[in-house]
Amino acid sequence: MKRDYDIVIVGAGPAGSMTAKWAAKNGARVLMIEKRQEIGSPVRCGEGISRAWHDSVGLKLDKKSLAWEVKGAKLVAPNGTPFYLGEKMAGDEVGIVIDRVFFDKQLAREAIKAGADLQLKASATKLIKEGSKVVGVHVNSMDGPRDISCGCVVAADGFESQVGRWAGIDTSLAPRDITTCFQYRLTNIDIEHEYCEFVLGSKAPGGYIWIFPKNEDTANVGIGMQFTKLHEIADVKKHLDKFIQGDPRLRKGKPLELVSGAVSICAPIEKTIGDGVILVGDAARQIDPITGGGISNSCKSGKVAGEVLAKATQENDFSEKSLMRYENGWRNLIENQLYRNWLAKEKLVTLPDETFDKVIATLNDVGVEKMSTLAILKAIGDKYPELVKEFQEFL
Amino acid sequence: MKKDQLDEFEVNIDKCMHCGACVGSCPQNAIYLREVVLEFNDSCTLCKRCIKACPVGAIKLVESA
Ligand SMILES: Cc1cc2nc3c(=O)[nH]c(=O)nc-3n(C[C@H](O)[C@H](O)[C@H](O)COP(=O)(O)OP(=O)(O)OC[C@H]3O[C@@H](n4cnc5c(N)ncnc54)[C@H](O)[C@@H]3O)c2cc1C
Ligand code: SF4
Ligand code: SF4
Repeated sequence: MKRDYDIVIVGAGPAGSMTAKWAAKNGARVLMIEKRQEIGSPVRCGEGISRAWHDSVGLKLDKKSLAWEVKGAKLVAPNGTPFYLGEKMAGDEVGIVIDRVFFDKQLAREAIKAGADLQLKASATKLIKEGSKVVGVHVNSMDGPRDISCGCVVAADGFESQVGRWAGIDTSLAPRDITTCFQYRLTNIDIEHEYCEFVLGSKAPGGYIWIFPKNEDTANVGIGMQFTKLHEIADVKKHLDKFIQGDPRLRKGKPLELVSGAVSICAPIEKTIGDGVILVGDAARQIDPITGGGISNSCKSGKVAGEVLAKATQENDFSEKSLMRYENGWRNLIENQLYRNWLAKEKLVTLPDETFDKVIATLNDVGVEKMSTLAILKAIGDKYPELVKEFQEFL
Repeated sequence: MKKDQLDEFEVNIDKCMHCGACVGSCPQNAIYLREVVLEFNDSCTLCKRCIKACPVGAIKLVESA
């Protein structure tokens, strides 16, 4: 029996659209299903990214996707002392602030142009299996409920991912590996709009507060807190509200948008494939455990997934063995960094404010060439070995 | 403890942002976000992680006596 599609992708965020584009471009028959009624909306993101990786995934940001460019990053110690980093040094998460409402649509448009189908307001509710092999997905949409058969289902369903777990792949998170977030897009504020700002320490226990400018007087002002550091109900929003009220630059601001959500801050998971199924992006827990940024990794893994799925389609082989090419491919690209940053995160969340104060003071003293965890630790270690003794294993 | 008819989750629709933070934090995969409605299934073990994970405090467990 002929299957309905070669590939069905659940979720049309960056991971889903990238996968769709590279699979369709190389000949696979691809359907994306997205449960929302509009791609990219509502936004669940701080929208800060860098440019460094765009060429590697064939991305050329269009005018509307790009909201604002910054000169670099500003790290703020708990005692208020700033440290400024230029864009070249600021690593993978800062440089530009995008507009996800347009960015996600741009990626979806490129997938469609490459030949993919897209259906909105279409939710996957369960997988169809033959034994342990996934052979399709059950979908509810305006057309009513239906089964769609395919060679491979792609779980690109974000943090809330269920598709992987339905397939029997364990993506559940330990409490210490979850960060919950709240964000306002605040307007009428008075910020240094040339920098993406990161506020460290106990104002955001186990995480940080970010201020990512969208224009001269508007910014995404958000907070992420480690789950294990939450005490009261709605703690994360309370911490952000307190911070805003205590900051004269922000206090008079009014929100244009509210965002809530969560990100994983875990070590790379054991397995992201099965017979007839692969996991990509937040669904595969590919978020950077220190920054909580996931757009770049979603795009990088999405490209690998799409290319592997196109080959699997040509060979008509969607077995776990065939899909190992994806498992190995994305790990070669990003696994080391994810793992190292997870280890560093485990340490960072234990540091008291005084240590962050010292770290920022030291950075101002010695300077640093690059905002990678390693470079920062090295710079500090050269001068104050006692400050980084806990991180010795990284050096 | 297993969830039974005596325990009901109450999701405050005035607060809920339909963000899925509770869904992804649930160790049992017991929550499904259907449009703007959260559906809890009976694999829930009442660990209350979803309640804590909710950024805006929208979920409450109403325990009957
Ligand atoms: C508050 C916050 C701030 C963030 N800030 C940044 C940042 O500044 N920079 C950065 O790089 N990253 C940031 N991230 C992370 C970033 O948003 C994610 O890494 C990125 O969106 C992952 O893309 P994705 O395609 O994997 O998942 P998503 O973008 O989440 O897309 C998943 C899609 O799947 C759909 N879906 C889910 N279930 C189903 C189903 N059953 N059927 C059909 N469709 C379904 C959803 O509706 C959604 O559209 C932030 C996250 C949060 C929560
Ligand atoms: S109480 Fe625990 S098991 Fe039940 S829905 Fe909430 S997180 Fe899931
Ligand atoms: S985490 Fe809270 S706001 Fe988000 S969907 Fe769940 S109940 Fe709603």
